[in-house]
Amino acid sequence: MNLATTENASSRNAAAAAGPILRVEDLVVTYYTDLGRARALDNVSFTLEAGMKMGMVGESGSGKSTLALAMMRMIKPPGRIEGGHVWVGGTDLQSLNDEGMRKARLSKIAYIPQGAMNSLNPVTRIGEQMVDAIKSHLSGESRQAINDRCVWALKSVDLDPGVFHMYAHELSGGMKQRVCIAIGILLRPEVIIADEPTSALDVVTQRQVMETIDKVQDELNSAVILIGHDMGLMAQTMDRVAVMYAGRLVEVATVREMFTDPKHPYSQALISSLPTLENRGQFKGIPGLAPSLLRLPSGCAFHPRCPLASDRSRSEKPKVNVLPGGRLVACHIYDQES
Amino acid sequence: MNFKLIAKRLSFLVLVIWAASTIVFFVPRLSPRNALRERFAELARSGGFAPGDIEKLIANMNQQFGLDKPLLEQYWTYLGNIVRMDFGYSLNRYPATVTDIISQALPWTFFLLLFTTILSFIIGNLLGAISAWPKSPRWLRGIATPFVLLTGVPPVIMGVLLLFFIGFRLKLLPLGGPYSIGIVPNWSWEFALDVLRHQMLPALALILGSVGGWVLSMRGMGVTIQGEDYVNFAEHKGLTGGRIFRDYYLRNTLLPQVTGLALALGTLVTSALVVEQLFGLPGLGQVLNNAIRSNDFPVIYGIVLFITIAIAVLMAVLEFIYPLLDPRVRNQ
Repeated sequence: MNLATTENASSRNAAAAAGPILRVEDLVVTYYTDLGRARALDNVSFTLEAGMKMGMVGESGSGKSTLALAMMRMIKPPGRIEGGHVWVGGTDLQSLNDEGMRKARLSKIAYIPQGAMNSLNPVTRIGEQMVDAIKSHLSGESRQAINDRCVWALKSVDLDPGVFHMYAHELSGGMKQRVCIAIGILLRPEVIIADEPTSALDVVTQRQVMETIDKVQDELNSAVILIGHDMGLMAQTMDRVAVMYAGRLVEVATVREMFTDPKHPYSQALISSLPTLENRGQFKGIPGLAPSLLRLPSGCAFHPRCPLASDRSRSEKPKVNVLPGGRLVACHIYDQES
Repeated sequence: MNFKLIAKRLSFLVLVIWAASTIVFFVPRLSPRNALRERFAELARSGGFAPGDIEKLIANMNQQFGLDKPLLEQYWTYLGNIVRMDFGYSLNRYPATVTDIISQALPWTFFLLLFTTILSFIIGNLLGAISAWPKSPRWLRGIATPFVLLTGVPPVIMGVLLLFFIGFRLKLLPLGGPYSIGIVPNWSWEFALDVLRHQMLPALALILGSVGGWVLSMRGMGVTIQGEDYVNFAEHKGLTGGRIFRDYYLRNTLLPQVTGLALALGTLVTSALVVEQLFGLPGLGQVLNNAIRSNDFPVIYGIVLFITIAIAVLMAVLEFIYPLLDPRVRNQ
């Protein structure tokens, strides 16, 4: 298998103490479609410490959003979580019952949605949508405490507390996104997943939103996972970058390592496809297309597009290697080094 | 909602009523039929009139009703009467005024319509919302199906079926009439219960046929709304299923249904008039039917105009309610 199984026993005990706040182990999600089984997440494992920001990149359909939904246990039929664990602090979310999971959402692990434009109920005030989130977790909270919490959250995302009394259609796109962040932090979650929180915004607003996320993370010391396509944004704001391909995590490295010395051939191709100031006019794409999850290539899913593919790549699924410095790479090239 | 909007909507309402009154005034005058002449011709057939007398009588009547005056002058008088809710006299039941006749019959129609409309709206929309909601229990979803199957069965046919099976075969409910024969209307619980029993079948005939329509439109709407980002985000927020259903899903799916209610009012009135006739209720339907049979033109026009005004007013009321439900239309 991979890293998770080898480390399982030892790290499970350590997690309760000062280890990573988030541990995802062997997460498997399958969609049962009319056309066949699509394995959207294939044994994804990683860890994240409190106060760390990890960017999650990959092509459309590589499983980034599925990973986020699986961590929230929000995969809907025909999709199914078929295995794995998501440890937040000392709790395995997969072992909770439905009511336990409902309570864990927002209070332990919060999700900031992709479509912030439409993520707020158009017919109720922003305040009501914040209050009902608090009330459904902290039923004994006093009115004053609820109010203080909302004001604190709105101030944390640099919004005027007056937004409390407004409706979604009275806010700009950036403000709506910040309201979503404010709702996400209401219960001081240990893990925050932001699914492309800046995708529908202009660059100036993108920067403001990212700074807001930075700021609230400093305040809460949560672990943040940011899902997105924007490599520039990742380079500027993240501590660590994870690359996904066809439902697998192919590489996890610090931002510096990823951008200066990517290890996985896919990451290498991804990084070298980025436009630079030096070679203007030249664009180096990655040949081929992302594979369909219904008909994954044998062995390493990237082998048909990989310049370094070997016979072994075609026949054997690479395991995740742990390189010195804690980097994770799922490629046969590094099998000896680990 | 601001003052300007209210003023605008109210003036539009006045415009609708004026247009309806004008049509009701001019259209019969385009027809070659003459209500008075037909009336006297009928009387003459039973004997005792010389032809010259009839002409005199008609001239006399024309003068009395102001029908000999120029058309425009008649029109102004008519508009003045409408403002005072004065629709003139019934030819058939003179000296009863049309307003008297309508106000006697109105309660029957009004309460039948009110309860059936509200009940079928609530039942239909709730069932529709539930049947589209992926987390509702299977048995609860199944309830909607029979109603959907009954959609499109005209209320009259439904009424006949109900009369036959429940009224005639099973003898569970009375076959018709406003209340049991022999009872004198009075303010007692006994009488109220009796009236209620007589209202059950007509109400059921109207409700059974119209619930399915609400179920279908609500289900369609529900499928759209449950995929909305804010419903998903509500679940991410860890809200309970009931709260998501009520505050995030139902409230938004209901918006277009309220518009639908305003549009459905017209059809509902028409089918209520027919069903009333079937069950022998002394409502507007029966009055209208009798008036048509006996060429009682003032009553026909009075009822047509009254229903038009009533629907226009109800639609205006719904339009005032809508901004309370959807804040997005408040400032437009």
